[in-house]
Amino acid sequence: MTLANPHSTPESAKLRLVVIGNGMAGCRAIEEVLARDPHRYAITVFGAEPRVNYNRIMLSPVLAGEKRFEDIIINDAAWYADNGITLHSGRAVVSIDAEARLVVAEGGLIVGYDRLILATGSDPVRLPLPGRELSGVVTFRDLDDVEKMVAAANQPGAKAVVIGGGLLGLEAAYGLAKRGMEATVVHLMNVLMERQLDEAAGYLLTEALAERGVATVLGANSEEILGEDGQVTGLKLKDGRILPCDLLVMAVGIRPNAGLAKAAGLSVNRGVVVDDQMRSSDPDIFAIGECAEHRGIAYGLVAPIWDMCRTLADVLTGADEEATYEGSLLSTRLKVSGVDVFSAGRFSGGEGCQDIVFRDASRGVYKRIVIHEGKVAGAVLFGDAADGGWYFDLMRAGTNVADIRETLIFGRAITEGLAGLDPSSAVAAMADSQEICGCNGVCKGTITGAIIAKGLTTLDDVRGVTKASGSCGSCTPLVEQLLKLTLGDGFKAADGPKPMCKCTSHGHAEVRRRIVADNLASIPAVMQALEWTTPDGCSSCRPALNYYLICAHPKTYKDDAQSRFINERVHANIQKDGTFSVVPRMWGGLTSAKELRAIADVVEKFDIPTVKCTGGQRIDLLGVKKEDLTSVWADLNAAGMVSGHAYAKGLRTVKTCVGTDWCRFGTQDSTGLGVKLEKLLWASWTPAKVKLAVSGCPRNCAEATCKDIGVICVDSGYEIHVGGAAGIHIKGTEVLTKVETEAEAMHLIAAIVQYYREDAWYLERIYKWMARIGLEAIHAATVVDLENRKGLYERFMISQGDQIDPWAERVQGAEAQEFAPLATTTLAIGDLAKTMEPAE
Amino acid sequence: MNALTEIQAQGWVDIGGVADIPLRGARRVVAADGAVAIFRTGDGRIFALRDQCPHKQGPLSQGIVHGHAVACPLHNWSIDLATGEALGADAGKGCTPVVPVLVKDGRLFLAAGA
Repeated sequence: MTLANPHSTPESAKLRLVVIGNGMAGCRAIEEVLARDPHRYAITVFGAEPRVNYNRIMLSPVLAGEKRFEDIIINDAAWYADNGITLHSGRAVVSIDAEARLVVAEGGLIVGYDRLILATGSDPVRLPLPGRELSGVVTFRDLDDVEKMVAAANQPGAKAVVIGGGLLGLEAAYGLAKRGMEATVVHLMNVLMERQLDEAAGYLLTEALAERGVATVLGANSEEILGEDGQVTGLKLKDGRILPCDLLVMAVGIRPNAGLAKAAGLSVNRGVVVDDQMRSSDPDIFAIGECAEHRGIAYGLVAPIWDMCRTLADVLTGADEEATYEGSLLSTRLKVSGVDVFSAGRFSGGEGCQDIVFRDASRGVYKRIVIHEGKVAGAVLFGDAADGGWYFDLMRAGTNVADIRETLIFGRAITEGLAGLDPSSAVAAMADSQEICGCNGVCKGTITGAIIAKGLTTLDDVRGVTKASGSCGSCTPLVEQLLKLTLGDGFKAADGPKPMCKCTSHGHAEVRRRIVADNLASIPAVMQALEWTTPDGCSSCRPALNYYLICAHPKTYKDDAQSRFINERVHANIQKDGTFSVVPRMWGGLTSAKELRAIADVVEKFDIPTVKCTGGQRIDLLGVKKEDLTSVWADLNAAGMVSGHAYAKGLRTVKTCVGTDWCRFGTQDSTGLGVKLEKLLWASWTPAKVKLAVSGCPRNCAEATCKDIGVICVDSGYEIHVGGAAGIHIKGTEVLTKVETEAEAMHLIAAIVQYYREDAWYLERIYKWMARIGLEAIHAATVVDLENRKGLYERFMISQGDQIDPWAERVQGAEAQEFAPLATTTLAIGDLAKTMEPAE
Repeated sequence: MNALTEIQAQGWVDIGGVADIPLRGARRVVAADGAVAIFRTGDGRIFALRDQCPHKQGPLSQGIVHGHAVACPLHNWSIDLATGEALGADAGKGCTPVVPVLVKDGRLFLAAGA
């Protein structure tokens, strides 16, 4: 062991400052100290990596081949020499003797200190998966990792899997894809970067990455790393899927590197515990950066390092001995070329937050600002993050934004350009060259010029002539302001179609049209393309969109349970006390001793309080507890019964009379046709509920003439009726046509239902749909145009598929979380009204 | 003592993991003094309210979660998840008690109460 003079220094007047860690934090701390007092300390730095100090957050561009290592060096060797700093690089410190105030490094080097700074950073977390020791399994932390990844990418046809869909994992995957690898990100959560992004932005990010060659597997739990001859060959997921790969990158987070501090007896929790002056439990030892834990938080981003280093330098140099660090607000920017993502602020907790949302489909932009008590509390920007810094400044300064709220979302240039003006004078003050309509590139001068020159008076006129506000429609208010300003009282506001809900300016028809025309395949896709003004819609539009998407993409759309009303989510009808009612299907109103016996048994077994006949010829079991639903269904299934869909926007009942089987007046087998129709149509989703009835003669005992679709049997065939109602409104049906055979009746009715499915607005019953489009239109589409009828019938049958009983699926365990409480406790739970404690 | 057992020693009850609640969804916790609804919003926030609408005591845990609000399944009142206040047309007509909920390392905790 060499003893390098621990208790005297060449410059004995100087205090000895030792820094463990030659990374961003350690070097920044030194820079800050030198900037305040270059002569106070004799400085020694230990670095475990055999390199000079480089900008670790720029490793991603190095991986992607967009920068070279030389480009990201912060301090070269000359900097250490010029500032008289002793650098021991590639030499890890092995222990600290806080008592004697000295550090011991590899090779037995001992250096004494008066002040010690721990800047040891963090280690990447390695998941404890079987196979983690295989060659080709790496983390993404330092230049060595990058070099391994680049080497793997140089093998032709090599595939990479990255575990972790956070900032680092995505940058790694992008870098590898850029280098020609087939890269897949595997993420435990359902949203990429879920700590920084909401679902809407996460969706756009997934799409943008796919365009750049990075595939994404969400909600994926890793089980095992597979290998052959010591080399990784793939990743196995818990659901059994295997993703082949030649390189596996773990980017699942970091762990503060506090081992040295702990061994030295310092207070360590997740990281080295420091006070507001970055001081550890030993007054001469300080910790900064990712190894430190301040007020319970160990940060993993770079911005807090700058704040910590300023405070530390103030304290160490006496520039401001009272300086304190009070924690950092965080902002994040993803470093993937051409994907502009910014996120800032806290997204957890907080009462009374309000959202301002802006979407521009043509540019792929999504912006969301969270306002709390008149101030910016957070921001998520996708596609155009130029104003990220401005929002972050407003947030940090705590600026009250009430006065600029109207224009805040449009960014700094517009907000500051229009400050203090009311909306109409704001528009008046805009220059003629300022762009109003981003989609079509129309300036203010073009619009006002057209209004005057062509004598335009309505919004539609302006759209027709200039295209302004004709695409996404988000500038409609500005164009209307221009019309008002230019025409004065001559302007009449147009009354367009009624918007679906407060989340959009589009009506149902336009939304349905765009879903089909643009092949929009998910709720987030619709919300982005049609520029929804809320992050995830409302209880009115979400069920509608879910239905429209099911109808447009029957084979591929994944039903969104959270966008369904409770009854359709749990396949039972909620009652006023929170219990449910259960109605098994009785085909055409027929039942049997076996079914009735099973129903009776279920009633007794589950203590069901009320059993009642419905108006649709079946039996309703009322007051079933939610947690009993699957057991009740299992018993009913066992007797051959399936869901009656009494809760669904779908086929409810087909009511029948006894027809020719028993009735002396019956003209056709109305019961049999009813059963066949119910078997054909059941389990379909429709815009609103659909009820049918088949009467065996014009005496109409099945009351077919007040149903959505009714059949009246006559000697010569079957009269097909549509558009009846017997609810809030009473309405008799209209006769659509008469057909001769049962087969034709069924074919036609399926076609009518499909036309209704494809054309009606959500919650619009058939009688209302018919009032809107006219009986003639239904007649033309299903009776006159037989080719069209055939197409409708075929699409209906494709959509019907296997007609699976939703009860049986749930008895088998589907959606199990819906039917069990999250937890049951014998304890009482405090609420704020009782405890008056603030929520954390 | 690790951080989670410390939390429990302070009277917080572990009720499950964040991932047990679907995004834009809710789950119910049955406690001795009535049920609590735990909500997870589209932006990943967690909220907890008594599982009772101020209007007719509908189970809010069964409603559609949108933004930071839930639509009651019985009569479609919209309830602010952060404050428990009725929103929109029903604003000012009632309020559901807010329940303190703690999120730590992906686990959820409710305060065993008074």
